[in-house]
Amino acid sequence: MAFIPHTSDDIARMLEVIGVQSIEDLFDEIPKELRAGVLDVPPAMGEMEVARLLSDRAAGDGRQLNFIGAGAYEHHIPAPVWAIATRGEFYSAYTPYQAEASQGTLQLIYEYQSMMCALTGMQVSNASLYDGASALAEACLMAVRANRASSSRRILVPRAVNPTYARVAHSIAGNQNIVFEPVDFDRAAGRTLLESLETYGGQDVTALVVQQPNFFGSLEEADQLTDWAHDHKILVIAVVNPISLALLKAPGQWGTRSDSNRGADIVCGEGQPLGVPLASGGPYFGFMATRMQYVRQMPGRIVGRTVDTEGRPGFSLTLQAREQHIRRSKATSNICTNQGLMVTAATIYMSLLGAAGLERVAEASLQRTAQLAAALGAVAGVRPAFKTRHFHETVLQLDRPVAPVLAALARRGILGGLDLGERYPELGHALLVCATETKSDADIAAYAGALADIMNTSRAAA
Amino acid sequence: MAELQLREPLIFELSKPGRQAPTQFPPAAAGSAEIPVHLRRAERPSLPEVSELQAVRHFTRLSQMNFSIDTHFYPLGSCTMKYNPKACNSLAMLPEFLGRHPLGPEPQGFMACMYELQEMLREITGMQAVSLTPMAGAQGEFAGVAMIRAYHRARNDPARNEIIVPQAAHGTNPATAAMCGCSVKEIPCDANGDVDIDALKAAVGPATAAIMLTNPSTLGVFEYKIAEVARIVHEAGGLLYYDGANLNAILGKVRPGDMGFDVIHMNLHKTFSTPHGGGGPGSGAVGVAARLAPFLPIPVVGKEGERFRWLTERDLPQSIGRLSGFMGNAGVNLRAYIYMRLLGREGMVRVAEFATLNANYLMKRLQAAGFEAAYPARRASHEFILTLKRENRLYQVTAMDVAKRLLDYGFHAPTTYFPLLVPECLLIEPTETEAKEDLDRFCDAMIAIRREMEQEPEKLSSAPHTMPVRRLDDVRAAKQLDLAWKPAA
Amino acid sequence: MSNIPSDLRYMKSHEWVRTIQDGSMEIGISEHAQAALGDLVFVEVPEVGRTLAAGEACAVVESVKAASDVYSPVGGKVVAANAALATSPELLNQDPYGAGWLFRVQANSPGEPAALMSASDYEAYLADEAK
Repeated sequence: MAFIPHTSDDIARMLEVIGVQSIEDLFDEIPKELRAGVLDVPPAMGEMEVARLLSDRAAGDGRQLNFIGAGAYEHHIPAPVWAIATRGEFYSAYTPYQAEASQGTLQLIYEYQSMMCALTGMQVSNASLYDGASALAEACLMAVRANRASSSRRILVPRAVNPTYARVAHSIAGNQNIVFEPVDFDRAAGRTLLESLETYGGQDVTALVVQQPNFFGSLEEADQLTDWAHDHKILVIAVVNPISLALLKAPGQWGTRSDSNRGADIVCGEGQPLGVPLASGGPYFGFMATRMQYVRQMPGRIVGRTVDTEGRPGFSLTLQAREQHIRRSKATSNICTNQGLMVTAATIYMSLLGAAGLERVAEASLQRTAQLAAALGAVAGVRPAFKTRHFHETVLQLDRPVAPVLAALARRGILGGLDLGERYPELGHALLVCATETKSDADIAAYAGALADIMNTSRAAA
Repeated sequence: MAELQLREPLIFELSKPGRQAPTQFPPAAAGSAEIPVHLRRAERPSLPEVSELQAVRHFTRLSQMNFSIDTHFYPLGSCTMKYNPKACNSLAMLPEFLGRHPLGPEPQGFMACMYELQEMLREITGMQAVSLTPMAGAQGEFAGVAMIRAYHRARNDPARNEIIVPQAAHGTNPATAAMCGCSVKEIPCDANGDVDIDALKAAVGPATAAIMLTNPSTLGVFEYKIAEVARIVHEAGGLLYYDGANLNAILGKVRPGDMGFDVIHMNLHKTFSTPHGGGGPGSGAVGVAARLAPFLPIPVVGKEGERFRWLTERDLPQSIGRLSGFMGNAGVNLRAYIYMRLLGREGMVRVAEFATLNANYLMKRLQAAGFEAAYPARRASHEFILTLKRENRLYQVTAMDVAKRLLDYGFHAPTTYFPLLVPECLLIEPTETEAKEDLDRFCDAMIAIRREMEQEPEKLSSAPHTMPVRRLDDVRAAKQLDLAWKPAA
Repeated sequence: MSNIPSDLRYMKSHEWVRTIQDGSMEIGISEHAQAALGDLVFVEVPEVGRTLAAGEACAVVESVKAASDVYSPVGGKVVAANAALATSPELLNQDPYGAGWLFRVQANSPGEPAALMSASDYEAYLADEAK
């Protein structure tokens, strides 16, 4: 019996102590008519057979050359990251409720919080949320709690923000009378122009979301947007890519107004690029950081440093009463977990790379994407969609439907990017492509070559 | 007892300017793409500067300061700390699964695993449809309540916005209700720990959206009147929501669908042995009866002929929507799938049997040693509650003191002070993967602690003594907030 | 049995109310409430000048165990708030009826709100709750 250590001798002795004849007797409180029949699930398999089944399926799925970004990014993950994160002491430990028995996890989370503050330029970070999308939903709920000057519960969400994030924010926060209002992007620039916000000038708005880089990979004018929001008593929710923060201005520094009002008010995003594999979509982790004045409105766990009865420094979960309070407040969250294992991986990753290494990763990703855009743009029928500067993703416009081109590329083992047709029909035949430091000259040449082939072939056929 | 590592500086304290792990750096990038100055970072962030060995040693040593299932018996009630099979991890980390981008063409091998997981969960719970999207129990709960709300609205009955909750329920329930625009109505339990039927009858009405329950309840006892509870709520027009936190007690023995529940959330990180990871990631898959299937959170795995594909907004237009950026915690779900294949039909049935055997054995031995069970006349389910209210009166020891002293004996403490209804309580859940000798050693430790209560109570009140730290000052932690290391100015 | 000064009035949510010479009402939380919460780690008082509605949650008291809202008994304007609690929340534990006062509100309309209890009624209420 899988993982059950009891011998028949054990069972007999235990039943005797309990005072029943059989294990079945222990279920005598369950009415007979409720008892389940035989479960219609497959029979047990040993580890060898399961390993065979899984490797066959994996082999069938195979590996492709990946140029898709759109919220999940392929980066090199140093070998020590998962070698250590999967140590039993991290992998099979629970939430650190008994602090004295969990100082390893707690100290690690404190170090993680410190690193996220450094990257984002904010004063306090939590111990993580489920993922980037739900982190934005939580940030919106938090903005409603925190913005005392506003009662409208209206949040401006530019259409250049990841559309799935907007949908998730709506699913999670929509039942609490929070109104999400879209703000269009400029078709030529691929980013949000100040003019589009100006209609909201005299109105009661709770928060403005600014994603940097935005979903198209384009760089927003974050200072300008932040200044506008703060001038109108609107909180700024920044959605950022952690690798990009090695090169881009930290959201804690956004804006050009006086020091105390400087910067985004709440920062969130997807932490997956920091040492977490693509893994077919998860688990990832969401990060959130804010100003110290809003710490009591921030959801999720927080680790604090304190001392023990002998004055020794130690770590424990803190501000836990705040979590209950957030559960009863005017914008409620029910979250009570964090993504412990992913945070462990991310902390080890950031320690191995350091600022210098992250800068190299970010710089390489920036250059590779520029190289990719140029190589693909040289193929007839392909051109860049936007004029704006980008980070490690960009949108290309094709002269024909994208889906068949992507299918043809997939048959050649290349995942060419994300077809934006469904999400942004107004962009026509648009493709979002991404190249990180993991892509070599040969990889980019392979993609460009395959694309030229496919485009010429189908043109010839037409 | 495993020796714990005692002290490790912060990684920032180990750092030295200019120190690096250059093997991990990509080659310097050639190219002229630039970030405009006004968008560029002015100063480098203060991240660690250590060598690869320093990083490896630091985090390895931190791991050695933890209790974990791999190193310690961990009878944390309601958390189901069973063995996490290594194969689940190594197979889930096969490169083809690990390197797969979620937005490419549907990978049929991976999707087959997800589809079969959905089917197995359907069968085990007696429900009609399953979504694997919610990323934790709390998100699963949210999905469940949101679906109930959507169901009533779709039937033009929007006034149904009251959720009935037993007094002993977990704290997330009221928060979840509020997130869905609902209010909570609490009902008491009777002396045996069951739902008070008369109170329930008085509480239901035209505003009732649903009742949220778990069975066995948070008090560790089986609600044997569940069929009647279901009838009362359904007749009043409400639905039944099952909190699957205690599924380990009934796996293969009873199915929530057969008990009359309309929607269930499962904690795959409990019953299906996915890693607790120091606090996550979890997975809160939801299962529903047919009438709620149109509202399932997306995406859901569908099968057309021999091909698997994601069912999305177009396929489920009434869905409560997306709860995550992609499809939930894919890797966690894959680990749960592998676990279920290893268990199979025979293994799944044994889970509840041996979890219950272990819990009842422990309860009997501890009662014989003089400890008081909260519900002594009832069978333990997969867990049981001890109350230390008598010991508190006699010796002034608290459940917290006993919990801390257990750490010195090499055991992680049980859950303390939950459920809130029982004073000075310990909620103990051994799980089915523990051997009799380990249960006996735990009893021996509890017996030794009982003697200390009577003779040397200060050993308990000042415990733990052998951990990397003594009891921590929580008040100071909350008052003098030190939440991040900052570089010296 | 906790200390319940007879010259004050009380609310079911454990606030006490003292009428000041200038006609404003001073509000704090009772001895029972501070004991139940335990050592306070954080107190948030309303800004001076803020307009309150009767029954509005306008302050927060937080310990490691719980965070509770404090409600205004009347509609009116906040005319004073205890700034000392920002740095020393323990004042409220030490002296809940004196140095631990939270804020003062000038009511819109004169006269005492009906929902306030006398000291003896509050004592009975506490005894009832304990059962």
